[in-house]
Amino acid sequence: MAASPDPGQTPTTDDSGRTADRRAAGGTAAATRAGRRASRSSNARVIARRETVAGYGFMVPWLIGFFGLTIGPMLISLYLAFTRYNILRPPRWVGFDNFVRMFTDDPVFLRSATVTLQYVLVGTPIKLAAALAIAMLLNNITRGSGFFRSAFYAPSLIGASVSVAIVWRAMFSANGPVDTSLQFFGLNLGGWVGNVDLAIPMMIILAVWQFGAPMVIFLAGLKQIPTELYEAADVDGAGAVRKFWKVTVPMLSPVIFFNLLLETIHAFQVFGSAFIISGGTGAPAGRLNFFTVYMYKRGFQDLQMGYAAAIAWVVLVAVAIVALIMFRTARSWVFYAGDSR
Amino acid sequence: MSRRDTMATDTAMVAAEATTGSGATTAGGPPAQTTERDRADTTRPRRRSWRGPRRNPVATGMWYLSLTVLSAVVLYPLVWLVLATFKPSSEFGANRGLLPWEPTLANYANVWDGIAGIPLWRYALNSLVVATLAVVGTLTASSLTAYAFARIPFKGSGIFFTLMIGTLLLPFHVIIIPQYIIFNQLDLVDTYVPLLIGKFLATDAFFVFLMVQFIRNIPRELDEAARIDGAGHLRVFWSVIVPLLRPALVTAGIFSFIWSWNDFLPPLIYLTSPENYTLPIALRLFNDATSTSDYGATMAASFLALVPVLLFFLIFQRLLIQGVATQGLKG
Repeated sequence: MAASPDPGQTPTTDDSGRTADRRAAGGTAAATRAGRRASRSSNARVIARRETVAGYGFMVPWLIGFFGLTIGPMLISLYLAFTRYNILRPPRWVGFDNFVRMFTDDPVFLRSATVTLQYVLVGTPIKLAAALAIAMLLNNITRGSGFFRSAFYAPSLIGASVSVAIVWRAMFSANGPVDTSLQFFGLNLGGWVGNVDLAIPMMIILAVWQFGAPMVIFLAGLKQIPTELYEAADVDGAGAVRKFWKVTVPMLSPVIFFNLLLETIHAFQVFGSAFIISGGTGAPAGRLNFFTVYMYKRGFQDLQMGYAAAIAWVVLVAVAIVALIMFRTARSWVFYAGDSR
Repeated sequence: MSRRDTMATDTAMVAAEATTGSGATTAGGPPAQTTERDRADTTRPRRRSWRGPRRNPVATGMWYLSLTVLSAVVLYPLVWLVLATFKPSSEFGANRGLLPWEPTLANYANVWDGIAGIPLWRYALNSLVVATLAVVGTLTASSLTAYAFARIPFKGSGIFFTLMIGTLLLPFHVIIIPQYIIFNQLDLVDTYVPLLIGKFLATDAFFVFLMVQFIRNIPRELDEAARIDGAGHLRVFWSVIVPLLRPALVTAGIFSFIWSWNDFLPPLIYLTSPENYTLPIALRLFNDATSTSDYGATMAASFLALVPVLLFFLIFQRLLIQGVATQGLKG
């Protein structure tokens, strides 16, 4: 063993283990007596195998988590979606009943789907537009940008907390700070929390308030755009608007895509704020009864676990469709610098 | 420590580049500027044109003005909350302004007395235990996984990496119900196990991804040198990678703490007895029970729940923001 001239071999190996490995690798008995070349190639295989063993060794926690807490539960939930199950008695197979009921006989679900989609499809673009606009503002200043960046980022860190939900409820209640300010401008809207038309806008404002995280990502992207591109555009006489559409947007498109995808998926999952602000009910008139809130109520309050699982899968499919549309359309507008396309 | 400084200087350098690049004519480097001006006076208008019209003082003033107004709007809810904690509950209906008329500490005293007969510090302690264990679990499991992805060439690594990134996009809806059923069957409801086990199994792909990116930037020569000296993967991981990974570990640790501290749905589902409640769940209980009667105390409790998060943010803001920024660029 000590005479082995193989530099790639880790010295910790003992001889017996090596031979066993080699045999297991499919080598004949002759392989043990083989010349240097054969030995080297099988050594490479041994190393590759040892790396694989080490790799999976390091991955053990993640693999258990992935199969035990993600893939496994996903499959269970798919099965439950076709059953009636209340935890106390074993699940009973009902075929597509849950899905049929959802779309034909459950106006509360349809309302929930509508408000969730409104919130996601209106709120996310506004949030990202704000993030990009403010990132560009910050990119233009030199002094104090660190302070502003931090001030704008702070809401992203606390926005989903119960505390902020309680504050939001207070801010948007009748005679609260928002109502009072609007009255000053002659707008008598009253409280937003209980208002059927204003509840979703209130939630969208809460989402937009957390523009800081995508803004930070945009800002990092903006810093990567070579200034020569803007200088060239200046030479060609391009104005600010043209530079934005012809330089900034294409150069930033991978980052825009990333933000759009993640923020959209994130928006589908808002739970705490809607739950707290509506006092756990999804009121007014189901306007804050987002998918998540409705699923929680069906699954954990009414113990209709099968139906709740079916809702979850509908949400998953909805999210997948939205993501798929994004990936499909991305080909036409996302531009990767250095790509030959 | 030194690595962390390096990382911080990286951002500083990017910022500094921007500063010197644009501020050269206004403030930076007077000697160079004069020589250039002496050399050719005719270049001045052209120089100004590559600076663009953006640099004139009026525009800059407008930028700062709008940013200041904007940050006032963004921070208003927080300022309002802080000041509201000093308003007596009776004042809330009448006082529509920002400042309390008769500032009082009574709200904090009321909060101290507790929620559902249990003092507030008990809930805070529960939250602290859960969040601390979450940090330990996240850092251990995520760094091990990240090392495997970044440094060990093994069969299936590519597929699993893709699957891991895929879980970033997976809505939690589809797994929360079966997870509850499983933990219920294992008789683990009303314990902290369901809240923590996922952290010890690296189920949050954000952290694994963050660390994979970081490890990939560590020069391979370092661990190759260690391997030639006879170190195995565990040794390389522990003696070479972990010390260098410290900035990423700090970032991940803070995020993990804050997210766990703010977490709402899992504790809402799993914790059934009030003495096990984490702060957000206790806060919800308090809000439902007293929001009409003791408004001031609700505000004080809400603010206190935010204090640790805000402190972490004030201390580590640069690392946190950088963590978010790298996440986006490499994705």
